[in-house]
Amino acid sequence: MNSFFIRRYVIAGIFITIILLLVAKLFYIQIIDDHYRLYATKNVLRPVKQYPARGPILDRNGKILVQNEAFYDIMVTPKEVKPFDTTEFCKLLGITKAEFDDRFKKAIKYSPSLPSIFEKQLSAETFASLQERLSEFQGFFPTTRYLRTYPDSTAAQFLGYIGEVTDRDIKRSGGRYQPGDYIGVSGVEKAYEDVLRGQVGVKYTVVNSHGKMMGSYENGMYDTVARPGERLTSSLDMRIQKLGEELMKGKVGSIVAIEPSTGEILAFVSSPTYDPNLLVGRERGNNAAKMYKDPYDPLLIRPIQAYYPPGSSFKPLNALIALQDGLITPQTSYYCTGAYKGGLPHCDEPHGESDLARAIAVSCNTYFSSVFEKLMNVNGPRNIDTTFVEWRKKVSRFSFGERLGIDLPNEGKGFMPTAALYNKTFGVNHWRSNSILSLAIGQGELEATPLQMANIECTIANHGFYYRPHLIKAIGDKSVIKDEYTQRNYVGIDAQYFEPVINGMQQVVESGTARSSQIPGIVMCGKTGTAQNPHGKNHSIFVAFAPRDNPKIAIAVIVENGGQGAWYAAPIASYLVEKYLTDTIKRPMDEFNRIKNANLMPDPTFYYSQIKKEAARDSIRKAKADSLRKKPAMKSVSTKKAKNNTIAYVAPQTVRRKYGE
Amino acid sequence: MANNPQRSFFFNVDWITVIIFLCLCTIGWFNIHSAAFDAHYPSIIDTHTDYGKQFIFIIVAILLGITILLLESRFLVALAPAIYAITTLLLIAVLVVGRNVGGNQAWISLGGGFRLQPSELAKFSTCLLLARYLNGTNVKITELKSFLIAAGIILFPMALIMLQPDAGSTLVFSALILVLYREGLSPYFLILEGLFITLFVLTLKVENHLYVVGALIVLGAIIMFVVKRNKKALSAVFLSTCLCIAFVFSVNFLYNHVLKPHQKVRIDIVLGLTTDLKGKGYNVNQSKIAIGSGKLWGQGYMHGTQTKYSFVPEQSTDFIFCTVGEEWGFAGAVTVLGLYLFLVLRIIRIAERQRATFTRVYAYGVAAVIFFHVVINVGMTIGIVPSIGIPLPFISYGGSSLVSFTLLLFVLIKLDSNRMGIIYA
Repeated sequence: MNSFFIRRYVIAGIFITIILLLVAKLFYIQIIDDHYRLYATKNVLRPVKQYPARGPILDRNGKILVQNEAFYDIMVTPKEVKPFDTTEFCKLLGITKAEFDDRFKKAIKYSPSLPSIFEKQLSAETFASLQERLSEFQGFFPTTRYLRTYPDSTAAQFLGYIGEVTDRDIKRSGGRYQPGDYIGVSGVEKAYEDVLRGQVGVKYTVVNSHGKMMGSYENGMYDTVARPGERLTSSLDMRIQKLGEELMKGKVGSIVAIEPSTGEILAFVSSPTYDPNLLVGRERGNNAAKMYKDPYDPLLIRPIQAYYPPGSSFKPLNALIALQDGLITPQTSYYCTGAYKGGLPHCDEPHGESDLARAIAVSCNTYFSSVFEKLMNVNGPRNIDTTFVEWRKKVSRFSFGERLGIDLPNEGKGFMPTAALYNKTFGVNHWRSNSILSLAIGQGELEATPLQMANIECTIANHGFYYRPHLIKAIGDKSVIKDEYTQRNYVGIDAQYFEPVINGMQQVVESGTARSSQIPGIVMCGKTGTAQNPHGKNHSIFVAFAPRDNPKIAIAVIVENGGQGAWYAAPIASYLVEKYLTDTIKRPMDEFNRIKNANLMPDPTFYYSQIKKEAARDSIRKAKADSLRKKPAMKSVSTKKAKNNTIAYVAPQTVRRKYGE
Repeated sequence: MANNPQRSFFFNVDWITVIIFLCLCTIGWFNIHSAAFDAHYPSIIDTHTDYGKQFIFIIVAILLGITILLLESRFLVALAPAIYAITTLLLIAVLVVGRNVGGNQAWISLGGGFRLQPSELAKFSTCLLLARYLNGTNVKITELKSFLIAAGIILFPMALIMLQPDAGSTLVFSALILVLYREGLSPYFLILEGLFITLFVLTLKVENHLYVVGALIVLGAIIMFVVKRNKKALSAVFLSTCLCIAFVFSVNFLYNHVLKPHQKVRIDIVLGLTTDLKGKGYNVNQSKIAIGSGKLWGQGYMHGTQTKYSFVPEQSTDFIFCTVGEEWGFAGAVTVLGLYLFLVLRIIRIAERQRATFTRVYAYGVAAVIFFHVVINVGMTIGIVPSIGIPLPFISYGGSSLVSFTLLLFVLIKLDSNRMGIIYA
């Protein structure tokens, strides 16, 4: 025993007292206070997810590219469904009794006591008539959803589309997404998902044992309001985007336009394109499946995923490198007999004696083959491999063969051959400049994306540097100013060497290969290109910037199977430039219409584009496959979805606000 | 007197305690089953589910209990410092290599999906070492030196655990003051502790803590006036008043400048200072709803609506008492509390029949730890204690917790069974 043993009673007393206090409180909560019981035994809390409106995307002038429209899902909790007039219900919903039974069975199978979707995406009209009667059908309740709507049906590949989250998305997000949420799958929707998606809210409603909604739980004290996504202002200019898409109808190809002084993307056209409204809503599955099977691949984002040999548009680059290296001067001239030594490459006609500017203007292959040979042999013909490596580095500074880092997913790198490749193809020391001469005229293994080509024009317009191309101007009301977009990327060519090249490019438009695409009153500098196509007609390419002084727009246009650069690409570019700079087209419309209506679609059975980047396509394929996991819509519908133009941007509390038109 | 080696290992085992242990484990299992019931895995031993796993854990615990009973307990006295040292190392190790779970670094991953929580082990090792220390012949807790050492034994692991940071486990150690009290520590410490709790609440509830300081000064002055004759009492009162004032200031400082927002919120909710019920308050509110809906007899096994619809978060672990309250009602809740009370009172009884100080001290340690867990956990579910994540002994889901409590309890049972013998050389 211990002298303090009396304290055992104190300690025991403390234990007993405290336990009694707990019992007292329990007594209060369980026996005396009714408040909790009311909420639990008879009533059940139903958390109803509040889906926020996704952020709209605008063009640089505030025009709406994509916004939201309200749709309604009908949910059902089978356990809480009481007998009702099924015929009436089916009539209101527009389904047959058999379909009803089928769906109801599925709902029970999912869970008798948890809500599941019974009918998806009713339009506002259908829902309106159903809503008043919904209380007659206990166990059924609505949730609101927002779907994307594209008032002008433009910029489909640029904007991308959204789809339901996959298991992988959910896992990767660490639980931020739940099944049934939507996520951007491609384009701007994917790149700026975090900005656009807002935050899902939850509203707690009290539901009694009959399944009837009794009202808000604790007056909404626990509710969290859905936070709408932020409005995204892109740099796109809808006027020239739409014009570009119009002109590219019936053609396969791409247009990219950039503002040289900022790197902002002004136009981003991929053809063939599609109405983005097709990938929204219940018809999405069907439409996507159709598009996927389309041999012309409308889902391919050609501006950053299609590879083309740049053709003659590559010539100014070689000229600049040669000038910088001191191998030529603007006055350096070569005599063109119509073909280079050995017969290839040849020119359309003998050009005679040309200096740099003229060579650019008439696109003389002889001239540039000579320049290229000079470039390659600067260390002696035997050392071409090391020379090539150096040359390749210089070309890479223009971002050929490298990603530019645009803020869109799945950008292609293009392809720049390496000395190692040639060593493998020809054998070490078994190749000279004439083995790779096609690089002089932008053919051969060299491949670039339209974005890269447009970026070259920015570089030339800026006399030696470019800004990283990007499409974001503002989030909400705040402009986005990021270091990586305001930094100048110098390409290692002194500013002074650009003048003679630009002179040549001006002559291209004034008197050279693109003279039929002149714009009265505007000095446009450009370069035509004709990319060889072994499978069909050549591709028509044109790159340019305008005006010469204080350039506002740099552009690259590729029209597959368009023949010579001057035939289609140059005029299309010139219309876009004219529209952008003067907001109108003053030139005669019959030429415009001829171009617009021209159908250059290649024969689909033979259509094989060696310029598709398979990997990017596969990732799209995978993304599409995931989002198409759901079974397709149960009704067969037309491929055109009726647009509802009366609803503007809808805020979660259904306050209607219209954006400035 | 030497132990008769022929005697069964189960001789003199306090079977009542063992039965209570089994009852609590069983109650725990049934409630976890209801709380975590998943129709996809209806089998009770399916390890995909919490209840499946808990079933395994209970088996393991029982095996552990049997093993402990089979061991020689006299080694424990000798091993106490070593166990304490190893635990200390583990507590340090977990800060370095531990997995960060929910902001706490409390677990060490042992591979194969097994995890170790050193703070659980620390409860056991501290009780053990404290017992050994206070068992020493010349140790009197009333002497300053002994007091400081004993306090150190308790405070040292507390500090390490606080670094994880695991507020709940840290606070458990404060219950050990009862052990010291039983061994002779002045009751003023207990009174002071109660005073501190009151002051804590007052400081935070009253608009300006200076009012509390003012009240203390006035009260202190009055009492000092009353006992002005008694020099000793006078200085005691004066000292206490100063201590209280200092305490108030430190609480205010700690609360406003040291506590993280999420901890502040939890305290605020309990004190009724805020109705931010979307985040932290939601748990407690849901818990109260669940329990409150139980009424007298409860909603019946597996029928609790709040339980079924998973409205109470953490329902298998920290909030398991909700299931008890909702499904078994007031009757069930009181029964469970009664069982715990019976257990700790039984442990006190065991403590008092010991001849050796070692076992007595250890026993009070076990009682204090278990009691603290019960009070805080249940108190949290009914909203009179801030949300502190500590489990309900034997009932909450969790292998680590179950094993450590089993260890704590069965070592006591074993020591008790040897109470007639000499347990140290």
